[in-house]
Amino acid sequence: MEAGEQFILEAARLGELLSALAHQGYEVIGPSIRDGAIVYEPVHTVDDLPRGWTDEQGPGYYRLRRRDDDALFGFNVGPHSWKKFLYPASHRLFTATCQQNGTQGAFRIVEEVPSRQPRYAFLGVRACELHAIAILDKVLASPNYTDPDYKRLRESTFLVAVNCTQAGATCFCASMGTGPGADSGYDLVLTELLEGSHRFVVRAGSSRGADVLAALTTRVASAEERELASSQLDHAAAHMGRQLDTGGLQALLYRSYDHPHWEAIAQRCLSCANCTLVCPTCFCTTIEDVTDLSGDHAERWRRWDSCFTTAFSYLHGGSVRSSTKARYRQWMVHKLAAWIDQFDESGCVGCGRCIAWCPAGIDITAEARALREAQAAGAHAP
Amino acid sequence: MTAHAIELAANPRAPAGNPMLPVPYRVERVRRETYDTFTLEMVPAQAPGLAAFLPGQFNMLYAFGAGEVPISISGDPNDCPILLHTIRAVGAVTKALCALKRGDMIGLRGPFGSGWPVKQAVDQDVVILAGGIGLAPLRPALYHLLHDRRKYRRISLLYGARTPEDILYLRELERWRGQFDLEIDVTVDRGGAGWRGNVGVVTTLLPRATFDPAGTIAMLCGPEVMMRFCVLDLRKCGVPPQRIFVSVERNMQCGTGFCGHCQYGPAFICKDGPVFSFDRVEPIFGKAEV
Ligand SMILES: Cc1cc2nc3c(=O)[nH]c(=O)nc-3n(C[C@H](O)[C@H](O)[C@H](O)COP(=O)(O)OP(=O)(O)OC[C@H]3O[C@@H](n4cnc5c(N)ncnc54)[C@H](O)[C@@H]3O)c2cc1C
Ligand code: SF4
Ligand code: SF4
Repeated sequence: MEAGEQFILEAARLGELLSALAHQGYEVIGPSIRDGAIVYEPVHTVDDLPRGWTDEQGPGYYRLRRRDDDALFGFNVGPHSWKKFLYPASHRLFTATCQQNGTQGAFRIVEEVPSRQPRYAFLGVRACELHAIAILDKVLASPNYTDPDYKRLRESTFLVAVNCTQAGATCFCASMGTGPGADSGYDLVLTELLEGSHRFVVRAGSSRGADVLAALTTRVASAEERELASSQLDHAAAHMGRQLDTGGLQALLYRSYDHPHWEAIAQRCLSCANCTLVCPTCFCTTIEDVTDLSGDHAERWRRWDSCFTTAFSYLHGGSVRSSTKARYRQWMVHKLAAWIDQFDESGCVGCGRCIAWCPAGIDITAEARALREAQAAGAHAP
Repeated sequence: MTAHAIELAANPRAPAGNPMLPVPYRVERVRRETYDTFTLEMVPAQAPGLAAFLPGQFNMLYAFGAGEVPISISGDPNDCPILLHTIRAVGAVTKALCALKRGDMIGLRGPFGSGWPVKQAVDQDVVILAGGIGLAPLRPALYHLLHDRRKYRRISLLYGARTPEDILYLRELERWRGQFDLEIDVTVDRGGAGWRGNVGVVTTLLPRATFDPAGTIAMLCGPEVMMRFCVLDLRKCGVPPQRIFVSVERNMQCGTGFCGHCQYGPAFICKDGPVFSFDRVEPIFGKAEV
């Protein structure tokens, strides 16, 4: 097998991939239908996948709809992202026990050692999501400080990417340069072909990917099949539901701190934090120290947090960002501007989740456009 | 890259291993500074020796069961068999820390953050403007300047406290004033019967300090409004923004850039700050709710 060589795996044989991963000790996590949405959960057989379903999305809108084919990955992204597994929503960092009854006298801190160290294989990672994981790597495994739990989970995780052959109405990965095709960072990448026989074009992106691929019943992809796969990606790229003009956006946002448009957004924003919870790159957490009733046993927990809560910016005496306006501004300026200073790239991968799952239907691309237009109008005003 | 950034690169970083796991320290002595402010003297409970630190850096201190907060190191960076932290009891965790006794344990993570520009200040005049508890993070810088006194030109400390009872390190300030190699001026917001010193905000002390504006490094720590007015007046005197250093405070949960709470525009205060040259934060400094 040559590096980058493409193979065909018949859809009827996709189960071989699940078995091969399970055989290597991976816990396979993939898309599955629960409560009217496609979420990421443990999958055991191909029948757990959302065969024949797609998702219809819009601002504040997400519905599942039946397709007229048997596509296994014929949808885009749902409310879950992979950070749920790599950086769990709540995690005990340590326990501490007091060695003299109830006083501060002496205590012992015991690092949390997970009783179970899962090795995940993620099945169906979209191109935007691969980029989101690469962004989390920069945040949580930086040269200065590394979160050991994240690092361990991340390094042991096997990534099976799936290229997007259709773009959703809220997608704008093409604007962000993150999709619709996976360019790197995967172990295996699949492109689902539905014309003719139902099959996948498969390529390995790593040696462990090549090992798994070698265990599957495949044949070499023909030139037509490779061409068909790549033309479907071009088609998806040309049919993005949304666009974000990133040209000069960082400077534009930094210039906009005092713009009245933030107030207009705040009139609609409920400060509910949905956007931050569904976002695959939002990483903020809070630390909770708790004790039991005896006061002898303490624990420290890390939980997902959001810049939309009042407590987030609390300093002795009050919150720095007490208004919704300031909190939305913090979120958007961080995502699209400050992130570039902090991590050399935008914090937005264009997955559209925050648009679909905002109960008020607030659309980050529309708000960026509105700020741009308002500034342009201001600049041309007499 | 600025000279300040190079200084950061030499920063003795946090110990290897899990940066989120506190290391046990033992309280050796609790010194009462004022009615609500205490200095904890502490030593490592197990590991020998203290981690080196830069003046201006802070540690995350954990009071058993109560929680963990960022507190600047307030001792001497050149002579530190004992680690010093000066804490004002304002809320749940700081009250628990101030209630500790000799022999009690504390969890510690750090040191974190950037330091005061003591290298950049060599051969310069130095003006230090402190408000309230803001003197604590500046004290290591003062120790350092006095330790290498000949490397610096004039040094002025301008300190504002709320009342005479709030003045920190009173005996030390008196001793330093007696050395005649450092100008010290103190003011309070509200005087009271026995007080015959200055009354007014700290900026009122500035005209009396002698420094060459173009050859000065200014270091500021205190409430944001206080620093805002100090910056205005320093600039009026002709001190350029890249020579003015401010220490910014935001909610902070981890010290390592993971938790996201301490973001301040493009910066993380825990790793890019807390000390910033003013030109870096000028666009957002003093802006409401940033
Ligand atoms: C870099 C840095 C250095 C500091 N150095 C010192 C020092 O040397 N001496 C000193 O007395 N104080 C210092 N502080 C302020 C000190 O951290 C707060 O007073 C302390 O966090 C208040 O916690 P609390 O639980 O007692 O108060 P509460 O009002 O009960 O606060 C509840 C929680 O809110 C958060 N919080 C509240 N105020 C602050 C704050 N100002 N900064 C960060 N988080 C906050 C904390 O998580 C705290 O546990 C420093 C702050 C920072 C950011
Ligand atoms: S900001 Fe919105 S579109 Fe961008 S990555 Fe986050 S959820 Fe996706
Ligand atoms: S933008 Fe929408 S999802 Fe985000 S906090 Fe506001 S209302 Fe909630």
